[in-house]
Formats: sequence, structure tokens, C-alpha cells
Amino acid sequence: MNFQSTQIRVRRATTASKIGVVALVPILIFLAVIPYVLGRGTQQTLVALFSFIVLATMWNLLAGYGGMVSIGQQAYIGIGAYGLVYIADTLGLDPLLAVPIAVVIAGLISIPISLLAFRLIGGYFAIGTWVIAEVVKLLVVQFPALGGGSGISFSALSDFSPGRRIAYVYWFALIGMVVAVAVTYLIMRSRLGLGFTAIRDDEVAASSLGVRVVRSKRIVFVVAAMGTALAGTMIAANTLRVQPDSIFSVQYSAFMIFIVIIGGIGTIEGPIVGAIIFFALQQWLSDLGVWYLIILGVTAILITLFLPRGVWGLISANGRIRLFPVGYSLSVTDLAKSLSNKERGINEP
Amino acid sequence: MLILGWLDYMTWINAIVQGLLLGGLYALLAAGLSLVFGVMRIVNLAHGVLAVVAAYMGLVFVQTFDVSPFLAIVVVVPIMGLLGFAVQWGLFTPSLRRGGLSPLLVAFGLAVVLTQVLQEIFTADTRSIQIGSLASSSFEVTPDIFVGIFPLITFVVGVCVIIALQTFLSVTPLGRAMRAASDDPETVTLMGIDNRLVYALATAIAFGTVGLAGIFLGMRTQFSPTFGDAILIFAFEAVIIGGLGSLWGTLLGGLVLGVAQTVGSQINPSYGVLAGHLVFLFVLAVKPSGLIPKAVDR
Repeated sequence: MNFQSTQIRVRRATTASKIGVVALVPILIFLAVIPYVLGRGTQQTLVALFSFIVLATMWNLLAGYGGMVSIGQQAYIGIGAYGLVYIADTLGLDPLLAVPIAVVIAGLISIPISLLAFRLIGGYFAIGTWVIAEVVKLLVVQFPALGGGSGISFSALSDFSPGRRIAYVYWFALIGMVVAVAVTYLIMRSRLGLGFTAIRDDEVAASSLGVRVVRSKRIVFVVAAMGTALAGTMIAANTLRVQPDSIFSVQYSAFMIFIVIIGGIGTIEGPIVGAIIFFALQQWLSDLGVWYLIILGVTAILITLFLPRGVWGLISANGRIRLFPVGYSLSVTDLAKSLSNKERGINEP
Repeated sequence: MLILGWLDYMTWINAIVQGLLLGGLYALLAAGLSLVFGVMRIVNLAHGVLAVVAAYMGLVFVQTFDVSPFLAIVVVVPIMGLLGFAVQWGLFTPSLRRGGLSPLLVAFGLAVVLTQVLQEIFTADTRSIQIGSLASSSFEVTPDIFVGIFPLITFVVGVCVIIALQTFLSVTPLGRAMRAASDDPETVTLMGIDNRLVYALATAIAFGTVGLAGIFLGMRTQFSPTFGDAILIFAFEAVIIGGLGSLWGTLLGGLVLGVAQTVGSQINPSYGVLAGHLVFLFVLAVKPSGLIPKAVDR
């Protein structure tokens, strides 16, 4: 067998991912100059889209990679939103400093929460996280400093003119989204990410191969909490008002779940595609009132049953095209040649 | 509590009595959730909104035909049973074959869709099923403790449903098939049992109990389309406090949750729900297998 002429290589980058990286640059430049081109309303809409991309990316990290279906992520949206407003307004810190502090606080709070929630598995984990989110809400409304049941306004940015303020919030949200997706991508490329994929596929088998299951899950849980809190700060900065009933609404979890399922669970691209589809549907179907949620719910059920890889699965030909490659692929372009060489080697003597 | 006088002492006793009665309703609400999980390992996230669906069905029936709400039970429970059969056959069983997170996600989708459909038909206004003088009639146990007739009926129905389900699972052939399908789905098919049918019948029974619970809920309190969220959480807390897979545990869990909520409300009216959550988290922290861990009796 002639190995010299064989060129089997293990590669991570694919043609699609190279094209994707090249395409990403002009897209990001375009997104970055939008405040100079488009109006305030559009920017605010895009901030909402970016926050949904972050929420969905984090929920996907949790469920799609970590195998943990949470319907209580609104707890961290609220912690991020309240954290930003309290630290920037009441304590008077710079909002740009308040955001990372709020995000770290959410991460710290999620550690004791994980100790409780991890005692439950599967669907009971899902409802357990929801109960914990309700408890966080019920505790928050007990504090007069946080505005009680009526909530608080975010006024740290009120020195800026509205146009400037909206542009700053837009850039902050754009950077936040890029960071959230990039961090998720880097985690999934790492040794940790490989462990998560193994846990998702078979927890017992992963554990027997030396993956530290509980520790890995806790890391994912904390990272997802921090990312979700980051989205919460975006929402607070965009809407300038934090109300307990809306910021802790389970509706956010419904949105995250639908976005990830429709886009494609367990891929980096899926939540982004899903968020864009979700947003387009929301804009088009907004006249229909609650019907758009019904359509969304039915679509999510049908996709779960018949198209488990989601829309991105369709676009990417069931995962063969990857813009964000996290696994490795075998390059077998010269395999045929090597096989024919082998045959020749047998036939010649 | 010790420094409070006899009269105040009695208000706490009263809170506990009222809590036990409320707990009967929670046990009734949780029985179906417990059964569906016990047999199919599905956590039906649509459980709460299904109770509200049943309450609306009862409301429509009572308003249309101007009859007693108790007559609505005879109609709504079989309809809910049929719905359960259809949902299991058409949605849950196919999603079980998909495996992984699918059953959970399908149930969640169903919950959101049903809630929105209720919003569309009945608006977000709160409603209730009128039961006339029964709502206010009660009898005196001591001068400080009154027991409402209707809460007592609810409590008795809740306990009876738990006993009936437990007996059904223990002694009937179908109940045995359900327990067997729960323990080992593959082996059961070797015994000539069609899992799909067993699952569909189990969910039909579970939805029937949800229907019953929903009508009692509608007669007891005001409800709206989004009320299902709270119901799901309370039912879930009852199941976990009591211990997964044990119907007696679910009954006990419901009673504990009911008492926690009424005693919490007695301390401060806004603490009721929070007190229930905290007792749930406390049980989760110190005894995650629940008060009555799964024994042979599932």
C-alpha cells in the first residue's frame, strides 16, 4: 500500500466556512455603519434582533449542546436588566462598566441556582428552572430600591441626545452579539465543547470516557446565565424601562425555544437563522395579534417532529455546510487515487 | 407563635386547615402530571393549560345549557379523555420515537398554542364558573374554624381520584400493563401489548383527571388563559415535594404545598405563592427524592 501518494488530512475549516469568514467581514462592516445610514426606529428594532440572537445562542448552548432544557432563563434576563439599571443609575457607575458587572453577578447567582436545579433532570429540570425564575421575580419586587412591582426606568444615558444614545446602544448590542456568538463558538471548539457534545449524545458513555459531566454542565449553565444577562442589559438599554412582569416573563423562554427549534438546535448557525426568521415573522404577522404565536408554536411542533435539524439543517444540507465548523472532517479527495494505486500495487508483480 | 393568644393560635390552625383543603385541589391537579410521567417519562408542560381548557369547556357548557356545573363534569371529562388519547397518539408517541428533547419541546409548543387559542377565543379577561350558594356555604368546626362545603368536596374528590388511580394501577390488567410499559417498554411488546395503545389510554386517563381538576378549579377561583402557567408550577411542585413516581407522594405533596401557601399568606398576603416555592426549593435541597420516594407502588 502506497501511503506517500495518499493525502488524507483531518481539517476543521471547510470551503463554506472560509467563504463564510470572508462574507462576515462586509456584513459586520455594514452592520457597524447602520447608525449613520438608517433611522432610530430601525436601530432599535435591530437591537431587539441582536438580543434575541444572544438569547437563542445561549439557550442553544444550554439545550442543544448541554442537553438542559431550561424555561427559566428569564431569571437572568431580569438580573442583567435590573443589574445594569441599579449599578449605573443608583450606584452611579459608568454604564459600560455596569454591564460586565451585571453579567458577572448573574454568573455568580447562577452557581447556587445550579446546585438546586441540577437535582432535577429532563422536564423536571425545565419546570424547576421556571420556579426559580418565579422566585427571583417575587424576591425582586420585594425591594423598594428596585421599584417594587412597577419597575424602574433606566436614565444613565439620558445626558445624550436621543440619536446619539440610540446609536451607542446599537453599537453596544452589536458588539455584545458578536462577543456572545464568538464565545459560544470558541467554547464549542475547545476540549470542553467536545465534552458537551458527548454529554448531549450519551451522558453515561461520556462520563465513562472521563468527561466530567456535572462540572461541564455547570460551566455551560453559568456561561449561558451570563450571556442571557448580557441580552438583558441590551433589552434594558434599548427599552429604557424594566418591569418585573415583562422582564421575567416566561414568554422570553418560549421565544428562545421556538427560535432555536425553527433555526436548528445544536448548531451555532441555527439560532442566528432562527432569530432572523422569528423576527421577520413577528414583523409580518404583527397585525394578526396572537395568531403569530399560534403559527410559531405549530411550526415549532412540526419542525420538532419532522425536521429536527431545523431550517439551518435544510440550508446546510444536513450539516455538510458549516459556517462555524466545530468538529473535524476527513479530507478524502485523494482517497480514490490511493485506492487505485493500491490496486495497481497488487496487480503489478 | 407562642406569645400570641389563643385566638391568634386558632388563626394559624385555621390557615393549616384551609391549606389542607387547597392541597386536595393541588393533588387533584397533579395526579395527571404524575401519571403521564410515571408511565411514559413525559413531562407534560401543557398540563396546566389543559386544566384551564377544561375550565373553559365547563364554563361554556354551563352557560349554554344553563345547567349545574357538576353536570359539566360528565361531559368535559370524556372529551378531555378523548383529547388525551389523540394528543398521545398523534403528538407525544411520535415525539418519543424521535427521542431526546423532542417530547418536552412538543409539549411546550402545545402549551403555548393552547394558551394563545384560549386568548383568541375568550380574551384575557378572568372568568369563573358560578356555583351559586355553594360557594359561600360552610360549617363551623370551632368558633374560629369554618370549613367550606365546596373546598371540602374538592378535597374529597382529590383524595378519591388518587386512591382510584392507585388502585387502578395496582389491580387491573390495564394498570399492570401501564406499570410494565413504564418499567421496560421493549419487553412489554414481547408480551403482546401494544405500547402505543397503553400510552394513549394512560394519557386519556390523565387528561380525564385534568378535566375534572380544571372544572373544580374553575368553580373555586377566577381563571384566565394564562392561568395554566401557575397551575403547571403548582402541580409540578406537588409532584416533586411528594416524590417522583408515587401517587401517595403527590397527594402528600399537594397538601404540603397548600398548607405552605395558606400559612405564607397568613404571614403576609403577598407571600403565599413565594412560601410555596420556598418550601419546594427547601425539599429539593434537603430531600431531592421527595417526602415519599418512589417505592414499589407506582
